Amino acid sequence: MKKYSVFAVAREAMRHHTGWDRAWRDAQPKAKYDVIIIGAGGHGLATAYYLGKNFGITNVAILEKGWLGGGNTGRNTTIIRSNYLQDPSAAIYEKSRSLYETMSQDLNYNVMFSPRGVIMLAQTEHEVRGYKRTAHANALQGVPTEWITPQRVKELCPIMNIDGPRYPVLGGLWQARGGTARHDAVAWGYARACSDMGMDVIQQCEVTGVKSEGGKVTGVSTNKGDIACDKLGMVVAGHSGHLADMAGFRLPIESVALQALVSEPIKPAMDIVVMANTVHGYLSQSDKGEMVIGGGTDGYNNYTQRGSFHHIEETVRALIETFPMLSRLKMLRQWGGIVDVTGDRSPILSKAPVDGIFINCGWGTGGFKAIPGSGWAMAELMAKGQSPLTDAFGLNRFQEGRFIDESVAAGVAH
Amino acid sequence: MLNIHCPCCGVTAEETEFHAHGEAHLKRFGPGSTDDQFESYLFMRKNPKGVHFERWRHQNGCGKWFHVARCTMTLEVFGSYSAQTYVPPQDIIDKIQHRRPDWSAEAPAP
Repeated sequence: MKKYSVFAVAREAMRHHTGWDRAWRDAQPKAKYDVIIIGAGGHGLATAYYLGKNFGITNVAILEKGWLGGGNTGRNTTIIRSNYLQDPSAAIYEKSRSLYETMSQDLNYNVMFSPRGVIMLAQTEHEVRGYKRTAHANALQGVPTEWITPQRVKELCPIMNIDGPRYPVLGGLWQARGGTARHDAVAWGYARACSDMGMDVIQQCEVTGVKSEGGKVTGVSTNKGDIACDKLGMVVAGHSGHLADMAGFRLPIESVALQALVSEPIKPAMDIVVMANTVHGYLSQSDKGEMVIGGGTDGYNNYTQRGSFHHIEETVRALIETFPMLSRLKMLRQWGGIVDVTGDRSPILSKAPVDGIFINCGWGTGGFKAIPGSGWAMAELMAKGQSPLTDAFGLNRFQEGRFIDESVAAGVAH
Repeated sequence: MLNIHCPCCGVTAEETEFHAHGEAHLKRFGPGSTDDQFESYLFMRKNPKGVHFERWRHQNGCGKWFHVARCTMTLEVFGSYSAQTYVPPQDIIDKIQHRRPDWSAEAPAP
């Protein structure tokens, strides 16, 4: 792999950019790998990357049925934060956020991490109490957040109307080190680094069956033939339930569509991320100038990768009161992704009931922010069989009643 | 936008008038059940790509509960039926099989 640097750019400028290599090899499957990861989205690629980097396991294939990063990794609103209420959540999300800070250097790939700050608006008394509690919890967890007044919210985001009749801004939970990153670059950067370590990133390779013998996984069947493995990681978000069916176990997960939309590009108008959970609206401005708006989920199981129009209307209608200038903007694109939602709105990082299978799913509506931390923890779980970051996120928590309840703490927003 | 028929009051309306409440025909488990049964009843859910049976409520209408048979891949609604059943009625099964010849109804859970 040629290192990207200012010197490389200068050198290539002298020779009409003819010297750039492909960022990753277009691999075809071998007969056997030590580890197969199903799903070349952010979480799957990060898992493979940290397996190689932290544990020296590089005989790894990452299988992707579509194209790299074409699922939720390329469909989210790129918000990164770690201001969660429960300790296990704060630990893994804060690990993740801190890994984002050095990711561009680690991967030698610019992921455009922008720690511009995230406000979660409190627009009801209930939220005021909830976020103050979260701010106190974060102080104990060592995650820097603070409760800020409506006036401070207005200073941070002048385009906001803080005294609307329906949804007045009563304050906010401010995480100054939260922000955004370029979502595609995260997938591409990890893929490039994985490929450089000798791993095979295999696109358009759909898993059609999981093979096991005597309760232990032996490999997978795909549209490119059978591939054997010792360990199998399932990291496929919305399709986790479908894959678990193939392997013969069930998951406490339902898949729903979550959608987002962007406006036409405008001049810089806001330099932070604002989440308004009462109205299910999340807003930031991309580097291209588009206002990026995330909405709520459709209320029923669905695999269509598109959202209902009336949910867009609900989101935008409510956001306009808080951001009046949005009413003049045309919306350019709208899209949806399939998110895997668990009962307690916390992820599952766990050994599966079949020996040798590990599952990483249930990130629901907020997986992007967790990509590096999730990969880090999942790699440790797969390599050593145990990780302090994943202990609380086991599948058995549903049977034992040890929920990591973020649904009450954070409403729909993750 | 789904168009849904409420079998309780006979109204056919857009989905904004209704609210979905997850998998239908769950078998309840209470005191005396095993941990596995109770976990399965509370948390484990069918999450099929294709035909799915769901509980819906006519939230902004008559307020009553009923069941809907729906496809999660195409959002096609096959039909709705009374909630006072343990399994989907034969006419709904027939409608689904007419549209999805490959699909077969599962035997009801014991």
